[in-house]
Amino acid sequence: MWLVFKKEIKELLRDRKTLFFMIALPLLIFPLIFAVVGFVSKQAIDKAETQVLNYALIGGQYAPDIVEELQQPDKFNLVKIAENADFSSIIRNDIVDFVLEIPENYSSDVLTNGQANIKLHFNDAGLNLVYRRVNEIVKSQSELFQQSAFSDLGLDEAKQSALIEPIVLEKVNTADDRENWGEKIGGMLPYLLFIICLTGAMAPATDIGAGEKERGTLETLLISPIDRNKIVMGKFLTIAFAGTMTALITVASMVIWGLVLSQGMAIKFVADFMAQIAMIDFLLIFLMLVPVVAIFSAILLSISIYAKSFKEAQSYMGPMTILVIVPIMIALLPGVELKGAWAWVPVTNVSLAMKELVKGTMDYYQLFAIFGSTVIIAGALFAFCVYWFNQEKVLFR
Amino acid sequence: MIEIKQLAKKFAVENPKKLSEQEKKDPRLKGRFFHSVQDVSFTCQKGEVLGLLGPNGAGKTTTLRMLSTALKPDGGSVEIDGDNVLANPVIARKKIGFLSGSTGLYGRLTGRENIHYFGQLHGMSEETIASRIKELADLLDMHNFLDRRSENFSTGMKQKTAIARAVVHSPELVILDEPTTGLDIMATQTVLEFIRGLKEQGTPVIFSTHHLDEVEELCDKVTVIDQGLTMFDGDIASFKALAEGSLHQSFMAAIQSTTSE
Repeated sequence: MWLVFKKEIKELLRDRKTLFFMIALPLLIFPLIFAVVGFVSKQAIDKAETQVLNYALIGGQYAPDIVEELQQPDKFNLVKIAENADFSSIIRNDIVDFVLEIPENYSSDVLTNGQANIKLHFNDAGLNLVYRRVNEIVKSQSELFQQSAFSDLGLDEAKQSALIEPIVLEKVNTADDRENWGEKIGGMLPYLLFIICLTGAMAPATDIGAGEKERGTLETLLISPIDRNKIVMGKFLTIAFAGTMTALITVASMVIWGLVLSQGMAIKFVADFMAQIAMIDFLLIFLMLVPVVAIFSAILLSISIYAKSFKEAQSYMGPMTILVIVPIMIALLPGVELKGAWAWVPVTNVSLAMKELVKGTMDYYQLFAIFGSTVIIAGALFAFCVYWFNQEKVLFR
Repeated sequence: MIEIKQLAKKFAVENPKKLSEQEKKDPRLKGRFFHSVQDVSFTCQKGEVLGLLGPNGAGKTTTLRMLSTALKPDGGSVEIDGDNVLANPVIARKKIGFLSGSTGLYGRLTGRENIHYFGQLHGMSEETIASRIKELADLLDMHNFLDRRSENFSTGMKQKTAIARAVVHSPELVILDEPTTGLDIMATQTVLEFIRGLKEQGTPVIFSTHHLDEVEELCDKVTVIDQGLTMFDGDIASFKALAEGSLHQSFMAAIQSTTSE
């Protein structure tokens, strides 16, 4: 058995293409994605912030303070427009970036004139900071008016805040930060891990079964004096090993590059979050992967052995990725918890358990159900593999 | 000594509608089963080379696969020195070296590693494997490419490696399924030389072929099968005596003698 395993691993390690997908891709792709996304979005935001905005003003005479605030040539540029111009068409034609329409009743005396409704016309589809930048100016004015109105009424600070918001509904979250973020991050983790595991295992699986058939080495292997179940075991272990390694490498690369590239605040957050998760939970998360990988490997191996060629194997394996997503998605549905029957549903239970582990609310007794059900299923699938490997109609198709 | 008696093998037909007209006419198709091999018997003594002849689809490969334990026969028996191969396939596999024309190598392993792996699978010790590889490399003149990756080998190199791998465990019987099909003249010559070498050592060889000149050159015995039945089984002299002239005539005579029945 180990003989077969050793040889398959040796072959795997010499296959540059497979190795590339297994190791290099996850190692390089994450920093690359981080870097590209970070760079591009930073560029876009910088541009939106520093861009000089062309604007038109209607009713500027009512609000001299705002007009004054807008007179910053490095930020805003006033454009004269015709009196009866259609706002949306001049914005669409890039003549102006926004039109500010100030009503007649605009005045610092809020108590007499009431609420002023300033209209900001702009195209809000796509990334732009028009609203934010104009709002900064308007808001500061608004606060000034508020203050003067309050002082006219002679209200002290307590009354002021009571007036602004008479009733406050305060959120007291009993979930700590870990539980809060764990729900979100922990739900995504299985997606990533399972899919990576599956893709990492796929390449060697194709090679080991269908590839052996295609190259004509299978027959020779079958008539060598080694039990079929040992051959199956060796091949099975290779696939499982490849899958687990890919997942490990990817996660490691993600963590390392995430730490390296995330800056300031985020790095502290990530570090704090990680520190809260006990080592044993980390270990359990990876242990959880074992039964899942076993299920994947057994399925992949049966497919691969059945297929006549690489091509056939690959087309059978393609839909598996989609099938795997379904039980993970079930785990994200509200109301599906790691309890009772759900603890026995394969793949779903593991994704639930991963979430619980990250959140720190794991009911460790459920581990029995998880391992129990997955071992039964993986065992059954493995037995099927062995049976499959003894079927002449499968081997000599 | 190898004794094969009334070997039979049928395959389930998945979808009878898919069969071609010609396949439907084949008398071996009975209901949902295709009786690929119906009744094949022959024997091969120590030191003998047996040529297995027959038209395409006659059941040669199936017969040899049953001999090599890759397929399980539905009926009949295979005995090597009195050991029943069917009852004890793992023991039998140690005694048999098998090579087919379509056998490949593990491309990412070197020639030596390919041979080594099968030596290990046969449970040989490291030293035995090493000395055996050296011996075979001398015999087949493989030293200059033995440690290169086999994916870059020429057909001849591949065939030499495949031969070495098939006999790394010094089998008591060597079975070759169309070993020369698709090879160039040089590579063919290597295979034939090798069979001759085995014959000299007294190792029996059973091989199937379409080349009658190979049969004439090497074989002591000839077995002709057609449509899964043994049509002729005897020594080369009586095969030649089947018809006047060339071996081709004899072959035709062997097949026709029963097709006309």
